Amino acid sequence: MGEIWDILPSLGEKLAAHVVLSASAIGLAMLIALPMAVWASRSAIVARLALSLASLVQTIPALALLALFFPLLLSLRAVFGEGLPAFGFLPALMALTLYALLPILRNAVTAQANLDEGVLEAADGVGMTKWQKLVLVEAPLSAPFIMAGIRTASVWTIGAATLSTTIGQPSLGDPIFAGLQTQNWALVLAGCLASAGLALAADNLLWVIEVGLARRSRAMTFGGIAVVAAGILAALWAQGSGSDERRIVIAAKQFSEQYILAQLIGSRLEAAGYAVEYRDGLGSAVVHSAVAASSVDISVDYTGTIWTNYLNRKDNPGREAMYETIVDWEARENKVKVLGRLGFENAYAFAMRQDRARELGVTSLADLAVVASQLTVGGDPEFFERPEWAAVQAAYGLRFAKSRNFAPTFMYNALASGEADVISAYTSDGRIAADKLVVLDDPEGALPSYDALLMLSPRIAGDKGVVAALQPLIGAITVEAMREANFAVDREDAGKLTPKAAAEGLAKQAGL
Amino acid sequence: MPPPLLRFDGVICRFGPVTAVGGVTCDLAAGSFVALVGASGSGKSTLLKTVNTLVRPSEGRVLFGAEDVSTLKPARLRRRVGYVFQGVGLFPHFSVAENIAIGPRLAGEKLPPARIAELLQLVELDPAFARRMPDELSGGQRQRVGVARALAGGPELLIMDEPFGALDPVTRDALGRKVRELHERLGLTTVMVTHDMAEALLLADRVLVMDKGALVADETPHALLAGAGGAVAQRLASVPREQAERLAAMEDHA
Repeated sequence: MGEIWDILPSLGEKLAAHVVLSASAIGLAMLIALPMAVWASRSAIVARLALSLASLVQTIPALALLALFFPLLLSLRAVFGEGLPAFGFLPALMALTLYALLPILRNAVTAQANLDEGVLEAADGVGMTKWQKLVLVEAPLSAPFIMAGIRTASVWTIGAATLSTTIGQPSLGDPIFAGLQTQNWALVLAGCLASAGLALAADNLLWVIEVGLARRSRAMTFGGIAVVAAGILAALWAQGSGSDERRIVIAAKQFSEQYILAQLIGSRLEAAGYAVEYRDGLGSAVVHSAVAASSVDISVDYTGTIWTNYLNRKDNPGREAMYETIVDWEARENKVKVLGRLGFENAYAFAMRQDRARELGVTSLADLAVVASQLTVGGDPEFFERPEWAAVQAAYGLRFAKSRNFAPTFMYNALASGEADVISAYTSDGRIAADKLVVLDDPEGALPSYDALLMLSPRIAGDKGVVAALQPLIGAITVEAMREANFAVDREDAGKLTPKAAAEGLAKQAGL
Repeated sequence: MPPPLLRFDGVICRFGPVTAVGGVTCDLAAGSFVALVGASGSGKSTLLKTVNTLVRPSEGRVLFGAEDVSTLKPARLRRRVGYVFQGVGLFPHFSVAENIAIGPRLAGEKLPPARIAELLQLVELDPAFARRMPDELSGGQRQRVGVARALAGGPELLIMDEPFGALDPVTRDALGRKVRELHERLGLTTVMVTHDMAEALLLADRVLVMDKGALVADETPHALLAGAGGAVAQRLASVPREQAERLAAMEDHA
C-alpha cells in the first residue's frame, strides 16, 4: 500500500477542484440559509416550511440528488437555452448546496429561537431598528451556533462532493471511482484519505472560527477565516493556472473497459498533438447526453444501449440494421458523429460456472428456463430495469427464485462463491475466460447486439485531425483483445495493470 | 399647573381576545415619581410599554410632552425614555462600557470614557467596571449597569418594569433608594411598575393601582396608608401595613 504515497501528490488538481466545488456549495448554502433563517425567526410558518423542505432533501441519497440535477438542467435548457450546462460543476454545485442547507438552516433557526428574551427586549428598549438589532445583537450572539452548523455542512459537503464524479465534475471522487472499478485499492484509499483529510482540515479550521466567535477572540476568528480564504484562493489559483484552451474531453463510464478505451483514445490524440482531459466514472445515463451537449467530446457507447435507452426501440432488427439506424439517428437528432465500430461487442450474456452448468445440464437460455425456479440470478444494478431483461424473460419464460444486485466487479465473485448461480455477464469481460465461465446461447435472439461505437461530440465532429487520429481504431479491436485488456485491469494478482498500461497492450495487439 | 409630561388618553390594548388594558386615561406631571402597582396580569406592564412603543395601543394614544408617541421615530423616542426592566438584558457580547454607550452610539454619538465613568459612579460602581463583561457581574451590579444604560442618553423620562424584582432584599432596597436619589438629583420623571406595594409606597410620590386592565386607584402613599383608594388598593396596601404593625409590635414587646 506504499503506492498511496505515490498517488497522493498527483491528486492536486482533483483536490483543487474538490475545494472549489465544496466551498462554492457551502458559500451558496450560507447565502440562502442565513437570510432564510432571519425570515424564519420572524415567522413560525416559514420556519416550519423551510426546515421541512431542507430535511426532505436530506432523505434523498446524495448520489441520487446529484443524478437528478442532470435531467432537470437538461429540461431547463428549453427555458434558458442550450448554453445552460447540465454537466459537471453546475449540477454538482446545486445538489451539494441543497444538501448543505439543512445543518446551516437548522442551527441558525435554533440559535435565533434560543436568544435571551431579555436581551432582545433590551435591544428594542434602547431603540435599535430591526436591522441594528439583527446586526448588533442577533447575528453576533447566534454566530457560534451558526458556525457549528456550517462545520457540519462542510464535512457533509466535502464527503458528498466525491460523488460529483458521476456527473462529470472532477473531484477527489475520481480516484475513488476509478479505483473501485479497476480494483485498485491504493487509488481508492488515496482518494478517501485525501477527502477525509480535507474534511478534517476544514472542520478544525471552522472550529477555530467557531471558538473565536464564542470567546469573542478576534485573533482566532479572523485567523481562521484568513486560513480558510487562503485555502480557497490557492485552490482557485491552481484551477485557473491550467490553460484556458479547451482540451478534448474523453468520457468513461464506471467500468474497466471504458477506462482502458479512454486511455487508448487519449494516447492517440496526445500523439497527434492534442491536449486531452479525462472524465472518468460518469453515470451511464449522463454520458450520452453529455456528448450530445459537447460537455464531453468522445465516448465509447454501445448499440444496444442507445437502441433501447435513447431510440426507445424494443424490436431487434439485427446487428447491421441497428447500427445503420443509430448512425443516422445520432447525426440527425444530436449532431453526434458515430465514427464507427471498434470491432468488438460488449453485449449482455448469461454466464454460469462450468461445473454448475454441467450439473444442471444447461447450455442455453432455453435450458435455463427449465431449472430457473431453483436458481438465483445476479445482475448489475441497472440490469433488472433494462428492456433486455424483460425481453429475455418474455422469450424464454424465465422465472428465477431470487434476483440480486451486484456491482459489476463483484458479480463474478458472487458467481464463484455460489451466491449467484447465473449472472448477467458482459461478453467482452476478461473474467469470462479467466474464470472459465460458460456463456449461455440465446437461440431466440432475445438479447440485442452491443457493438462498441466511437462517438464524437458536435464540437469536434468536423475536426479532421481528431478523425484521422482515431480512424485506425475502427474495426481494430477484437473481443479477445478487449477481454485480455479488461482482465489485466480486473485481476488481483501480480499481473494487474493500470488502465493506461492495459491500453498500451491493447494498442500493440491491435497493431497500432 | 404645568402641562403633563405624559398623558394616557383612553389607552386600550388588546391581544387577540384578551384585553390587557381596557381604557386608561391619566396625566403624569413632570418631575413626579409614579408607581404603577397591581397583581400580575393587571395590565400594568403593558400600559408602561405603550410609553416607549414596545406595545402599540389598539385604541387611544399616549402623549409625551405634546407629541403622540406613535408619531415619533422609535429610536429617537427611546433615547428620551430610559428603560429598565427585570430581565436587565445587558448585551452579553458587549463590555459594560459598550452596554452603557449603546443608546448614544445608535444615535451616532460616541460617549467619552469620562462620561461612562460618571454614569458608573452615579449607580455606585467603580469606573474600572467599564471594561468588564456582563457575565463577570453579580445580579445587583448588572441592574446598576442597566440603570446606567437607561440614563446614558440623558432621558427626560425613566420607565422601569419590575426593575428590582430579581434581586435579593438588601440589594433591592439599596438600589431602590439609589434610583429615588437619582430621580431627585437628575430631575427625572419616573414611572415604575411593581407588584410590591411596600416598594411603591416607600419610593413613589404617587401610586396608581391597576386591576384587570383598569386604573382603580390614584393616591399618594400617605392617603393609601390612611385607607383611601378603594378595596383593591387597600387589599394591596394592607400587606405592608400589617407587616409593619407586626414588626413594630415585636419591637414594643422587646
